[in-house]
Amino acid sequence: MRIADAEHAAAPRGAGPRGEERVRPRLTAAIALGKATATLSRALGWGGGTTVPGRVARVVEPNVVALLSARLRLGSVVVAGTNGKTTTAHLLAHIMRARGRSPVHNRAGANLAAGIASALVAHADVLGRPRGDLGIFEVDEATVPRVVPAIAPRTAVFLNLFRDQLDRYGEIDAIAGLWRSGGAGWARDLGVVANADDPLVADAVRDLPGRLVPFGIEDERHGRPALEHTAEARYCYRCGTAYVYTVTYFGHMGRWRCPGCGAARPEPEFTACDLAPLAPDGSEFAIRERETGGVARVRTVLPGLYNVYNVLAAVAAARSLGVPLDAAAAAVASFAPAFGRAERVLVDGREVRLLLVKNPAGFNEVLRVVLSEGPLPVVLIAINDRTADGRDVSWLWDVDAEMLVGRATRAVVTGLRAGDMALRLHYAGLPRDAIEVEPAYDHALRRALDLAAGGRLYVLPTYTAMLALRAVLQRWGVVRGFWET
Amino acid sequence: MTPVLRICHLYPDLLNLYGDRGNIMVLAQRARWRGVDVAIVEVTLGGTAPSDADLYFLGGGEDRQQRIAADDLAARQGGPLTDAAAAGAVVLGVCGGYQLLGRFYRPAGGGDLPGVGLLDLWTEHPGAGSPRLIGNLVVQPAGDGPALIGFENHGGRTYLGPGARPLGRVVSGFGNNGRDGGEGAVAARVYGTYLHGPLLPKNPVFADRLIREAMERRYPGCELAPLPEVLEEQARASVLTRTGRPAGA
Ligand SMILES: [Zn+2]
Repeated sequence: MRIADAEHAAAPRGAGPRGEERVRPRLTAAIALGKATATLSRALGWGGGTTVPGRVARVVEPNVVALLSARLRLGSVVVAGTNGKTTTAHLLAHIMRARGRSPVHNRAGANLAAGIASALVAHADVLGRPRGDLGIFEVDEATVPRVVPAIAPRTAVFLNLFRDQLDRYGEIDAIAGLWRSGGAGWARDLGVVANADDPLVADAVRDLPGRLVPFGIEDERHGRPALEHTAEARYCYRCGTAYVYTVTYFGHMGRWRCPGCGAARPEPEFTACDLAPLAPDGSEFAIRERETGGVARVRTVLPGLYNVYNVLAAVAAARSLGVPLDAAAAAVASFAPAFGRAERVLVDGREVRLLLVKNPAGFNEVLRVVLSEGPLPVVLIAINDRTADGRDVSWLWDVDAEMLVGRATRAVVTGLRAGDMALRLHYAGLPRDAIEVEPAYDHALRRALDLAAGGRLYVLPTYTAMLALRAVLQRWGVVRGFWET
Repeated sequence: MTPVLRICHLYPDLLNLYGDRGNIMVLAQRARWRGVDVAIVEVTLGGTAPSDADLYFLGGGEDRQQRIAADDLAARQGGPLTDAAAAGAVVLGVCGGYQLLGRFYRPAGGGDLPGVGLLDLWTEHPGAGSPRLIGNLVVQPAGDGPALIGFENHGGRTYLGPGARPLGRVVSGFGNNGRDGGEGAVAARVYGTYLHGPLLPKNPVFADRLIREAMERRYPGCELAPLPEVLEEQARASVLTRTGRPAGA
């Protein structure tokens, strides 16, 4: 891999004396109005203003994203994919901060154009001068082709594609098509950091310009021989032949090839090997870089194989920005989980661990992590069906909830669709009287803490249920607000 | 001798888009909880469905998967499925599986997918510019019984011929085509619907009706003991509340 010496590089987009520092009255008005909206939103208790300020600013200056991101001296990185965007973007920001950079990034989950605009507005002064030198933006899968021409990233990270929120996106094919169709908006010197183990990603990025930097896991001891039934990529997206996997790691991620057309997993540039899972407290592994032959050991508190992919992606992206491999790996060790993604909270000395669930493959991995230390007295599951969660809860039936049978004594379920989760657990084999439906978030949390009897309590919420539970924890004074994190 | 319910699940690896396997779990568990043994046969590409199952199930798939399944279904399963239905077996198709039980599916770009013609209906995709019909769906079944509750997400619009009746009337949502107020189709014991969520967990009365009809042939007069339905009622109430209907409707 060619590594630009970007750690000290000037802006990659021919910036410099291009007049960015020129005062643009409309941009100034957009920023001022956006900032005022954010302040107002907070004052009125509407939340952190993670999207509204951007929406307001874009009305005044539709090019606000392009104008402000062009002023970031080291350019931008976008992170896309169904699972792990927030964790990967935060990891990369953490690594870059450790290198003395000052990244601008959007808030967890605020990954549509308005969320990115909000972040840029919040990190600029009214003249449009950025307080930061590098953009790191998580971007919604379907928003990729819309924001990429504006941001003109130097590196794009593609993590995975799962059937997630199909009611919003239609079908998974459509997303892969959108990424490919974004082709014209991509810079020719783009670094395409892509998951080699996901055939959908490999197919979706194959026509993108730039240089491909594939990453993948190579440690068959931690593989599974067969595809899980949640796996979406059973049949080749080019020719319709069933893929052949010699090993799978997580969902449809693994060593794949198509016997029909010959498509196959690209040879990874960055490989995770020699894995030692420390679940639920993290994992340890080696990252190997093919071109340089470099190897670095990594230790992370992030649990599960899905987080091995996130760490690999963040390290590969950091390398594309010129960070030495051992420095990137070392920075990973001091990373604390982001907002609901394996986040730890103490309530009166008792540990609560929040593990976001969004789709069957991720839910299954989370279940493997929480059950890795043996039987539990209770788990708390919180399912909502708002837009950000996916309005269709039928995916719960693709979760292997059977894993909990005999290994969790009770389940407390809450959220708008607690009833659906309760039914899923019952049909999985949990007795009716082991399932407690508690619609109120605070009561559910209290009840689950009581049942945990001083032990660690695992909480598995969908996105907006996580926000609601965090709001309870905030009222109890044990976590800070959304916009302060 | 313990009675046995024989279920044939067609293309579980292709037609599995919306938690469809939940329907099989519900049929199997509700039968087992009544002391009925359950035998499940999965048939996939290149296989042939048995003609002596009591209940056949087809779920929904993405366009690409549905096309692969449609060709195989028409070429290999049309015969056994038609024979079984004629002999009184229950056939249930959901979403894409529902469309394939009809005469044909016409994608926006042409190139019809063949159906098996067990239901007198056809489906057309009105074009890339037309919105998918997505959201919670509440249906009042023809005849009697509690509302059928679920979620729909389909681009195709389905139109019934004279040989099929709608499964029910749309109370909230779109249904077959968003225009004529009909949802699903039924002819004898062949059922099709756009309701997923999946369909059966939140509609236990309908699930039991299918089990009873499937078993009646070989076990005439079979009775299914009632089961507690507290969780089902809670789950139903949450959808009815979300669609602005009072709980218990
Ligand atoms: Zn192929």
